[in-house]
Amino acid sequence: MQILLIPVQVFLLIFILFAFSRVWLRFRERTINIGTFLFWSLIWGLAALGSLNPQFTTSIARVLGIGRGADVVIYASLVLLFYLVYRTNVILENVRHQITELVRKIALEGEKRSKKKK
Amino acid sequence: MKLVIIVPAFNEAPVIRKVLVALKKEIASLGEVEIVVVDDGSVDATAKEAMTAGAKILSHPINRGLGGALGTGLTYAKLVNADIAVTFDADGQHDPGDIRRVIEPIRKGDADVVIGSRTLKGMQQIPFDRRIILWFGNVITKLLFSVSTSDSQSGFRAFSKPAIRQISLKTQEMEASSEFFSEINRLSLQLTEVPIHVIYTSYSRKKGQSNLNAFGILGRLLLKLAR
Repeated sequence: MQILLIPVQVFLLIFILFAFSRVWLRFRERTINIGTFLFWSLIWGLAALGSLNPQFTTSIARVLGIGRGADVVIYASLVLLFYLVYRTNVILENVRHQITELVRKIALEGEKRSKKKK
Repeated sequence: MKLVIIVPAFNEAPVIRKVLVALKKEIASLGEVEIVVVDDGSVDATAKEAMTAGAKILSHPINRGLGGALGTGLTYAKLVNADIAVTFDADGQHDPGDIRRVIEPIRKGDADVVIGSRTLKGMQQIPFDRRIILWFGNVITKLLFSVSTSDSQSGFRAFSKPAIRQISLKTQEMEASSEFFSEINRLSLQLTEVPIHVIYTSYSRKKGQSNLNAFGILGRLLLKLAR
């Protein structure tokens, strides 16, 4: 079977391979957990499938009642991006809260130390 | 009865000494009272000025916002086993003469949380743009936390011992004022409001939250609820 790729497919595949390599490396150094690894593997796997075989997105579009395969990709990307921005905000809030807890501990310890000195 | 007065302060060097001296004069007859200034990473002489006024200083090495400072003050009140904790703004907008009125419902055992309301004395002491923000804040507090209040953004509050022990603030900045109502609702605390004076000066208006900040506060409150 001969596979012919147009330039945009080549570009997309190179980018997807690069993105997946980052996911794999972060997983190997245990910066991300198995759940995050599987999530991003699925995302980039679907992206690779859609790039190699555009018919794949068209068939999903047909099932969902959306006109074109490209529209499915755009809609799904938007939903995913919104969700990820929300998750990032939540994580950021948690980190800010943890920093505040740490700062609070330092302030209260400092007060205890100054009391001991007296 | 042990009373801890929490004064969150960020770069308040020009006024904090005067505020604390006036406060000290007023509380002299209230028994065991401790004034605690939470210096929230100020880069000016706030801590030094507060120290010369005889207050205890809790120093945040970096700025964490109003909620962070109030949380530190309440944690301290819990650690020293305070019977009542009062939060009091450092910018000079509160009248120390109101402190007795604010703690009275807790002393009598009638309330867990007392809000010193700037609107109960009439709206005329509040600038027009602030009235709109206050109304907006009160409506949001009612919608999000099912608590009716006449001044959700007041910085003058009192807390009973059970309230000090149970309230746990998660937000960092100005939205902490609204988060208190979320905690009142969650913990089913008894809330009372008493009228207080408010002294708006160009300094306190500059230091307080900006009107546009209200949208940021709402966004962070919604995020807190949705996580």
